[in-house]
Amino acid sequence: MKNAMQMQFTALSQNESFARVTVAAFIAQLDPTMDELTEIKTVVSEAVTNAIIHGYDMSPDGIVHISVTIEEGIVELSIKDEGLGIMDIEEARQPLYTTKPELERSGMGFTIMENFMDEISIVSHPGEGTEVRLKKHLSNSKMLCN
Amino acid sequence: MSLAINLEIKNNVLCIRLSGELDHHSADELRTKATKMIEEHDIHHIILNLEQLTFMDSSGLGVILGRYKQVKQKNGEMVVCAISPSVQRLFDMSGLFKIIRLEPTEAFALQRLGVA
Repeated sequence: MKNAMQMQFTALSQNESFARVTVAAFIAQLDPTMDELTEIKTVVSEAVTNAIIHGYDMSPDGIVHISVTIEEGIVELSIKDEGLGIMDIEEARQPLYTTKPELERSGMGFTIMENFMDEISIVSHPGEGTEVRLKKHLSNSKMLCN
Repeated sequence: MSLAINLEIKNNVLCIRLSGELDHHSADELRTKATKMIEEHDIHHIILNLEQLTFMDSSGLGVILGRYKQVKQKNGEMVVCAISPSVQRLFDMSGLFKIIRLEPTEAFALQRLGVA
């Protein structure tokens, strides 16, 4: 059975924990392992932080959109902003690359998303915004099919 | 859950004990508090005790690396202790263990820095 949820919230750093905890609570019905839950919370945190810092350049006028779909043990996430967009996606994906070293950004956000999820796609247009789509197969999904 | 920051100075070592969640939001407070302590006191080394840390993302890596650079300028070192498997994965992924030592407990970390 397919199940879905959408949420949107103001681009404030206070909402980073709200976003990851809410997504984790929705995913919990698939009975993920603790590691899988931590991985999903981490990637949500990374993508939402990117939207706030880079997409909206810390402007609290922005809105972050998240949608989550779960079906047969597969989690699909979309984290979207209507912010500045990414000039060079390939460059942004390089480990340790950051456009904001003065803010002590580690440049590991996309690397962590790639490592913790099975699939990642980034669609971004300068001046229009960025959407990160992430997909993960949960380990107990085979049990659900029995 | 937010982040609780406990700071204690032992000789020239700043012990930073974190409990809760370290993300972009809570990293700002940690950066401000730790930087102030390092600048105002004669701090050469940092021990980072993450035993009670329940969540961390790449913003945590950034603020840790920032403090490492601060003590590195004073020829000091940073030792991290009591980290969870999930935090260890982030350290491994980013190569932080090449510059930051890992010890199982704060007592071992203090011993390593000659403060025990």
